[in-house]
Amino acid sequence: MSDANNRALGAYRSNFLKEVEANVEEGHWVKMCMQCGVCAGSCPLGPHWQHSPQKIFMMIRAGKRDEVLTSDSMWMCTSCYNCIVRCPRKLPITHIMHGLANYAHRLGLAPKGQPTREIAKLFWDNLVKTGRVNELKFSLAMYFKDGFGQGIKNAMAMQGVGLGLVKAKRLNPLELLGGHGCKDKAGIHKMVAKAREIEDRRKGLA
Amino acid sequence: MTASIATSQTILVVGGGISGMTAALEAAECGKQVILAEKTPTLGGRTAQLYRYFPKMCHPTCGLEINLKRIKGNPNVRVMAMTQVVEVTGSRGNYAVTLKVSPRYVTENCTACGKCGEAVTAEVPDAFNYGLGKVKAAYLPHAMAYPQRYVLDPSIVATPEGEKAKAACPVGAVDLGMSEETVEINVGAIVWATGWRPYDAAKIQPYGYDRFANVITSVEFERLADPHGPTGGKLLRPSDGKEAKNIAFIQCAGSRDENHLRHCSRICCMASLKQTQYVREACGDEGKSTIYYIDIRAIDRFEDFYQKVQADPTVSFVKSKVARIALNEANDNPILHGVDTEGYHRYATEHDLVVLAVGMEPEVTGVRLPDDIIVDSSLFIEGSKDGGMFGAGAASSPLDVNRAVQSATAASLRAIQVIHKTASTEAA
Ligand SMILES: Cc1cc2nc3c(=O)[nH]c(=O)nc-3n(C[C@H](O)[C@H](O)[C@H](O)COP(=O)(O)OP(=O)(O)OC[C@H]3O[C@@H](n4cnc5c(N)ncnc54)[C@H](O)[C@@H]3O)c2cc1C
Ligand code: SF4
Ligand code: SF4
Repeated sequence: MSDANNRALGAYRSNFLKEVEANVEEGHWVKMCMQCGVCAGSCPLGPHWQHSPQKIFMMIRAGKRDEVLTSDSMWMCTSCYNCIVRCPRKLPITHIMHGLANYAHRLGLAPKGQPTREIAKLFWDNLVKTGRVNELKFSLAMYFKDGFGQGIKNAMAMQGVGLGLVKAKRLNPLELLGGHGCKDKAGIHKMVAKAREIEDRRKGLA
Repeated sequence: MTASIATSQTILVVGGGISGMTAALEAAECGKQVILAEKTPTLGGRTAQLYRYFPKMCHPTCGLEINLKRIKGNPNVRVMAMTQVVEVTGSRGNYAVTLKVSPRYVTENCTACGKCGEAVTAEVPDAFNYGLGKVKAAYLPHAMAYPQRYVLDPSIVATPEGEKAKAACPVGAVDLGMSEETVEINVGAIVWATGWRPYDAAKIQPYGYDRFANVITSVEFERLADPHGPTGGKLLRPSDGKEAKNIAFIQCAGSRDENHLRHCSRICCMASLKQTQYVREACGDEGKSTIYYIDIRAIDRFEDFYQKVQADPTVSFVKSKVARIALNEANDNPILHGVDTEGYHRYATEHDLVVLAVGMEPEVTGVRLPDDIIVDSSLFIEGSKDGGMFGAGAASSPLDVNRAVQSATAASLRAIQVIHKTASTEAA
């Protein structure tokens, strides 16, 4: 278990709701849920996850810290916003789902190999390198995330789409050699590091 | 036309539902002069449109009948039907009020014999039955209507149909030349008993009230259950006229919802519990009612009513706010989708008919009220800053009949206090 996790366990003891309110984006809304079930019934992916938002919110209040933070349910959210539009209490459910996922990730508790999490990590690393997304490298990284053989297979399968994008000038093969970026790369790295530092201090993550 | 028919010692009661009738009578029976202004052609309000009342399951006619008798016998109350308030100026003890009286096209001579209704062929949507079905364009609003006088719908007045009605009337009561009148009055205090209206169910998009014939509202269900209603008391589905036996009730349809009405409408849990007993009455043991709810709020002293319904084997409860309704196109059955809160089970359940327990919103929404009126966050009327106007009944809060009447009595007493002060100032 990570140090950050041990610190959080110490600070909040068994009050997981307080921890969520302090450390999870929009976490202060969780107590407003009245357990009506509309979000659970509105989620298009609902039948495929273990814990619906309604259930996650109840689990948080019941102090089920491990079950919530190791759940892969938050990672299944596709940001369709169906639940947000319908929630009678106007909870920003989608944002809370992402907030929980991010918090679990930062504590090192998020499920390993969860595809959404892997893609999110690739995307972030790709983005902060130059301050711009390099789509070609991002696609390739995605194809090859499950090993070289699978990567070749994925790339072959997507060949037609790739060529089409090149023809339509939506994809530049030369991006493979470094690619475009923002002017002040070092400045961006400094900014991201500073933001991380502030966040970590506030949430006791460092 | 301008006429002075009141003084600053008169109390104006706006709205002639059960609350307005009560407020007017309480003051009149204390010897005060009262004008009771009602927008529609008849007193009674929405209570008259219920089939039965909880908790005793009696018919609304009995309560109305007593009040109508008191009104008929009391010369201190002047009833003005088809009358709306246009403007209020002045302040406590001395308000100047402009009233607009719409033409009825039928005079006091009417004996309610019904000959005009028989003569005309044109029909208009039946407002008393919430537009389920039609009535003749010369009609009595409902059997208990007061004043007991026919009304001509404005759409036929300038047509041969209007002439037919006129020719048919044996006492010459049809007057096609009537026009709108404006009346100015002075009053000392005003009681707003303008009541409530059902929340527009079509705005609750996932429930498809505007798309699915077999999704109806609780107020429409009251009319279906009534033997004097459009189906003669049979619970017939709008899509195919077949008898509905497996009926779902969805609670908090538009209430307790930040996207619709913020408040709990308070009576709809009791109304649905009551309506399960209409299903039992119509279908016996064959009927099946399912109530989908967030939590049941059996207001006041009605927990025993809830327990009685819970013990009824034809009624079941699902703790869940339905997420959305889809349609089984083969049989027009609505399919309810959601997840329950007692075990988080996902369901997709088909019913013959769905009744939305729609919320109550104040009827005055959208009408400009005098500047100093105080309303709560849902626009229910609390009173006025100068202390001369009062909310009563469902205009002041979502209330059942019993509490509406209590609230009206309280408002009446406050209005009487204002008049007493006015009277003593005028005497000095
Ligand atoms: C589905 C359903 C079932 C219900 N069942 C029951 C039950 O079984 N038992 C029970 O106790 N309660 C029941 N209720 C509640 C009951 O309907 C209300 O308590 C009752 O109608 C309140 O009466 P009111 O006079 O305050 O308002 P209303 O009945 O709304 O009367 C208001 C009157 O004011 C008039 N008006 C409105 N605006 C103006 C204006 N600007 N100028 C002049 N006149 C105006 C209207 O035309 C109307 O006549 C039920 C409600 C619903 C929705
Ligand atoms: S829709 Fe809103 S109030 Fe209802 S269970 Fe979901 S989060 Fe809670
Ligand atoms: S009375 Fe019942 S159905 Fe009506 S808003 Fe309140 S909780 Fe919902």
